[in-house]
Amino acid sequence: MKAKQRIGLVLLGFCALLISTVANSNSNSNSNSTAKELESITVGSKVFTESIILGEMLKHLAGQTGIETHHQRQLGGSRVLWNALLSGEIDAYPEYNGTLLQEILVEENLQTEAELKQALRERGLRMTTSLGFNNTYAIGMKEELAERLELHTLSDLKSHPEFVMGFSNEFMNRADGWPGLQKRYQLPQQNVRGLEHNLAYRGIDSGSLQVIDLYATDAEIAYYKLRSLEDDLNYFPVYNAVILYRADLEQRAPEVVTLFNRLAGRIDAPTMSKMNAQVKLNGEPESTVAAGFLQQALNLDVNYQIQSAWQRFLKHTGEHLLLVGISLSAAIFFAVPLGILAAHSERLGSIVLGVAGIIQTIPALALFVFMIPLLGIGGPPAIMALFLYSLLPIIRNTYAGLKDIPPGIIESAQALGLPSRAMLRIVELPLATRAILAGIKTSAVINVGTASLSALIGAGGYGQPILTGIRLDDIGLILQGAIPAAVLALLVQAMFELIERGLLPKGLRIKSNGVKSASREV
Amino acid sequence: MLVISQVSKRYDDSSALAPTDLQVSSGETLVLIGPSGCGKSTLLRLIAGLIQPDSGTITFEGTELSPENIFQVRQRMGYVIQEGGLFPHLSVRNNVAVMARYLRRDASWIDNRLNELAQLVQLPEDMLKRFPAELSGGQRQRVSLMRALMLDPDLLLLDEPLGALDPMIRYELQQELKAIFSQLGKTVIMVTHDIAEAAFFGQTLVLMRDGRIVQAGPFKELAQTPAEPFVEQFISAQREPMAQLVEALK
Repeated sequence: MKAKQRIGLVLLGFCALLISTVANSNSNSNSNSTAKELESITVGSKVFTESIILGEMLKHLAGQTGIETHHQRQLGGSRVLWNALLSGEIDAYPEYNGTLLQEILVEENLQTEAELKQALRERGLRMTTSLGFNNTYAIGMKEELAERLELHTLSDLKSHPEFVMGFSNEFMNRADGWPGLQKRYQLPQQNVRGLEHNLAYRGIDSGSLQVIDLYATDAEIAYYKLRSLEDDLNYFPVYNAVILYRADLEQRAPEVVTLFNRLAGRIDAPTMSKMNAQVKLNGEPESTVAAGFLQQALNLDVNYQIQSAWQRFLKHTGEHLLLVGISLSAAIFFAVPLGILAAHSERLGSIVLGVAGIIQTIPALALFVFMIPLLGIGGPPAIMALFLYSLLPIIRNTYAGLKDIPPGIIESAQALGLPSRAMLRIVELPLATRAILAGIKTSAVINVGTASLSALIGAGGYGQPILTGIRLDDIGLILQGAIPAAVLALLVQAMFELIERGLLPKGLRIKSNGVKSASREV
Repeated sequence: MLVISQVSKRYDDSSALAPTDLQVSSGETLVLIGPSGCGKSTLLRLIAGLIQPDSGTITFEGTELSPENIFQVRQRMGYVIQEGGLFPHLSVRNNVAVMARYLRRDASWIDNRLNELAQLVQLPEDMLKRFPAELSGGQRQRVSLMRALMLDPDLLLLDEPLGALDPMIRYELQQELKAIFSQLGKTVIMVTHDIAEAAFFGQTLVLMRDGRIVQAGPFKELAQTPAEPFVEQFISAQREPMAQLVEALK
């Protein structure tokens, strides 16, 4: 019993240590921000193309000052970026004032720009004036048709009740979508359909639809030669693009803030729409598009490097290996002793197996998101989530491997006078090797696969090209992440098979086939 | 050398062993015998300290067994179970030497002792590097006996050591085992359900039934002056069929 208590205590200590190191590495980046971030600035972006292009611009701009600059690409939705900015994990990101007013700070019921600025100031944040475009909902139709019928504003639509309209399902149902629009402009059209956004573009191109909803800076506006009709009654709320940054940036790197402010008023909707098209439709890297704009509009020469496919692959491989390596090693380190503990004490065993089982039922994606408030974004929360996710198979197999040892063998070991710890080392663990390694292999394969989700919270890895591929609808990019992840899973499995060959005692590899011939020699 | 005094054991709600007294003197071969579930194995496991008695004391060479001293005391007892209980992942050599290695005995001492014991149980020396899965049932029991004898214990405990062997090998091993016992002069406590085997080995037979000792003494005494009808029944139940067969063939 004493030995058990000691094992428990040691485990508890290690647990605390692991959590505190992971938490420390995170909180350091917050509290020491003044010291650390003098030499580096981190900008973030949301999971869609426009935000990433703007993020690249911020990175290029800050880089002009010679300060080391990082860009946490496609970090997540508005909430994730907002919280990361508040906690200091990032210093700036592109946002829309509509999102702040209608979503993030909606409870404050802010009305004016000044009120918004005041609310941000109270949180230690600053905002530039509008970058020059309003990425709100818009109503569009073919340029050619609009020109022929001389349609420029939404009010002009009243005279064409024969138009067929196709709107995205969200726009159809939102109070501030089609129902409100119809009421405000008294639109007479009866033939209005809800359909998927990408299909709407094809519908309007083929002529089966005349009017669709758009985001003002959609890349497809130029591609399909569409005209967005002017919202002459100011129905749609304003979503002006701005840059949000931490107030302390003004002290730490005032020249960076000056550069950020130079973007204000420089990007109009057609320009943004064109840049979106360059990335989404022509497949140019966001970095190149952003640098091209800065050169043209601000006459800034940006030195930047586009990583080759090979460099990106190496980077993602490194990140993935780091995530898997740390989380899986920690899982083995904790789960094997926990399995031993479970096998030796029924009561502790049911608790340990129960808790590990509950963790396993949490969907992986949710587990990653749960870690953000505790550990922030990036590597530490991803490693913690992967660690928790890898525990159960190892614990359960260690437990089963020890429990499956025939009682006669345990009794013999006891009768020899082996103390329980020596018995564990000499008899029980070697006999459970196969089961424990099987558990580790299962965990490793799950871990490598699940680690792809880490990209969602800014930890990189093979999930990064997969996410980008999904965003740009590029199967090639998706495969650049998916295939190495699958190969890595197989490699890790093969590695543990080799380890098993070395670790598994020779006596356990022998099938008892010699018995028949040997029995005659008695 | 072994004094068992008012020892009892219960499993859940059924009594496995009623309060029992038994004394074993040095050099004696004592056989516990009785039908399945009579408590003979329970008594042996209590002596080995594998289970703790609910009441009473077991004194081994003047030391009362307790959870604190059981690891030391076990080194002076050898224990062999029915299937041998050999560790499948260790070679014969390591199976036999595992405890001596743990106690950091000298390597040359271990080698000498291994060879000595292999000779004693007539196990060919090249078998020492084999694994249990590569041995026959009889060979496994020889190895199990070597392991029990490795540290030269004062007391040898055997729980149906020949129970899993086929009759011919069993007969052979009985002969050898008896020779080994007499050669070593050790105190032996053996459990069996076979009255012939008991009579063959035991100076003293202890017949048990339902967790208590029915009669203890030499086979002759049990056969001639049974303490209760059960003793007679138990002996004849195993002898009679064979006797009738022999009679019929005459």
